[in-house]
Amino acid sequence: MSSRAEILALVDKNQPSHVDAPIIDMLATVNQSPEIILNTFCTSATNIGSQIIFIDSLDDIEGHVQQRIISPLRVVSPIPELKTFAEDSSVLNEANPHSLENVELAILKAEFGVAENGALWLTEQQMGNRVLPFITQHLALIVDATAIVADMHAAYKRTENADYGFATFISGPSKTADIEQSLVLGAHGSRSLIIFILKQV
Amino acid sequence: MKNHAELAADFNKDEDRVNWHDETLWWVRQKRDKAAHQIDNWELLRETASQIKNNVLSDLSNYLQQFEANAIKNGITVHWAKDAAEHNQIVKEILNRNGIKRMVKSKSMLTEECHLNPYLEQNGIEVIDSDLGERIVQLAEEPPSHIVLPCIHKKKEEIGELFHQHLGIEAGISDPQILTETARLHLREIFITRKAALTGVNFAIAETGEFVVCTNEGNADMGAHLADVHIASMGIEKLVPQRKHLSVFLRLLARSATGQPITTYSSHFKKPRPGQEMHIILVDNGRSTQLGRPDFRNSLKCIRCGACMNTCPVYRRSGGHSYHTAIAGPIGSILAPNLDMKDYADLPFASTLCGSCTNVCPVKIDIHDQLYKWRQVIVKEGYGDHKKGIGMQVMGWTLSSPNLFNTAGKAGRWVIKHAPFAVNNPLNPWYKQRDMPNPPKESFGSWYKNNR
Ligand code: SF4
Repeated sequence: MSSRAEILALVDKNQPSHVDAPIIDMLATVNQSPEIILNTFCTSATNIGSQIIFIDSLDDIEGHVQQRIISPLRVVSPIPELKTFAEDSSVLNEANPHSLENVELAILKAEFGVAENGALWLTEQQMGNRVLPFITQHLALIVDATAIVADMHAAYKRTENADYGFATFISGPSKTADIEQSLVLGAHGSRSLIIFILKQV
Repeated sequence: MKNHAELAADFNKDEDRVNWHDETLWWVRQKRDKAAHQIDNWELLRETASQIKNNVLSDLSNYLQQFEANAIKNGITVHWAKDAAEHNQIVKEILNRNGIKRMVKSKSMLTEECHLNPYLEQNGIEVIDSDLGERIVQLAEEPPSHIVLPCIHKKKEEIGELFHQHLGIEAGISDPQILTETARLHLREIFITRKAALTGVNFAIAETGEFVVCTNEGNADMGAHLADVHIASMGIEKLVPQRKHLSVFLRLLARSATGQPITTYSSHFKKPRPGQEMHIILVDNGRSTQLGRPDFRNSLKCIRCGACMNTCPVYRRSGGHSYHTAIAGPIGSILAPNLDMKDYADLPFASTLCGSCTNVCPVKIDIHDQLYKWRQVIVKEGYGDHKKGIGMQVMGWTLSSPNLFNTAGKAGRWVIKHAPFAVNNPLNPWYKQRDMPNPPKESFGSWYKNNR
């Protein structure tokens, strides 16, 4: 008998009799105004080390980047509007993630944010290359002010029918407290996270 | 082999370290409380998580097949391993087939349980752990002492010394910032050069065939996305029915573990990237047996948050290594005897049964009840430790008999006051390394008589 058959037979024999999965809809936060949700998002994100910058249009981003990044450090983004100052990472060969090793700043669009924990959801489609949000020294994510949901229940409602090869929630810069529980930002992923919130116009 | 009590005694030789360990873990526990209290329906969330897992366990064989079918559809290769040896062999074969001699690994308690690293090393394959804490204990040639905080037993000066010896930094550096930066540079080079990466799995979704890996450091993603071959090892109990159920578990996991609202990265792996090989190994290694033990099957709900360790008065003061098993603490003491009742007969006794673990567990495992039940099984099977066994029996007997309790209490007060050495007698295992409280002048019994 194969291990597969053996394991399944044992599990089948030993599992308890069927119980239904519970309904989880009642757990979702309800009736929060968009202002409260946005405020909560900003508080949660700031608490975990993200920096929030409100912008009116994508054109504002270049100025903020120039304040922080000294050329010739590499800035990449798959967003067409940012081509004036960022390398177009959408043309980068997916098969060669190593070419991103020396990226200083990556600017990506997030699909939505989550107020209760300051996390942002992005799929492979927004990343261009899966490793980009992790390998870059610094990361900036853009999210529409109207695309913030209250909690994780609403978040998974939003992704219900989504198909992707890879997707992730990112909440703040990478961090570790493995050495005597002292918090250090910049473990293996990005050292900082800037969230550009695109205001409604 | 030393048992828990003897290993705990070793750990207790360095009193400053024990106090630090105790206080630090308690601080993590308090952060958990703060995070939990910010969620209005926290208790309902725990209850729901527990019920989802009840459903998973009751229908596990279906969910496993559903997951397998969907994962295959997604282009992932699925393997089944009935025990640790088979798991390790599968990993080796995947690497051999690809001609890979060096692999990077992110946190996976399962591979600790299977002793994968020594096996691969014996077969000429180098493994580097990429979680900072795990890398540190790997350099020290020790196992992790905590499932979430692998090197919580180490002081920063010791870590500086390890980095001095192995990573070539100057001697005497102990600043966590500098040490972390050193590890970042060292491991970046590893991520870039390794062609295979192994990760653990936090959750796997039957409905979609995808799996989720949670880290704060980003090491699982760095390894997996840069490697040509990604191997994910998971216990068969890691399934959840649908993607929407992740909302419940991701809300609970990091809050229970460290008090964060969510881990920095919660990565959903569904399909290999073009040109990449992605493998999942479904490992049983005793889990199906545990599923068949009605008293202990709830332990399979565990999401490995570590909260039961942080809160446990015994774990905090005995250290993770005293449990001599991959998963320490209260939950480890339930899981280990399932694998080997004789070798781990001491572990269910390494508890005060205070129930704090049960109170914090995000999936509501009745941890302390299961520890109590293991004691009975172990004693019945003849694996009990006689010294502690007799002490426990006497205690049970006096507590159930008010007269004896009164007399014993009077004697106890006299003994503590006049003959502290008698209480600290090494024959009495419960008083080792414990500062005895000041004896109350009156017992509760006589106080009540005088004051009612
Ligand atoms: S038993 Fe519960 S508290 Fe302990 S690690 Fe598992 S999920 Fe966390």
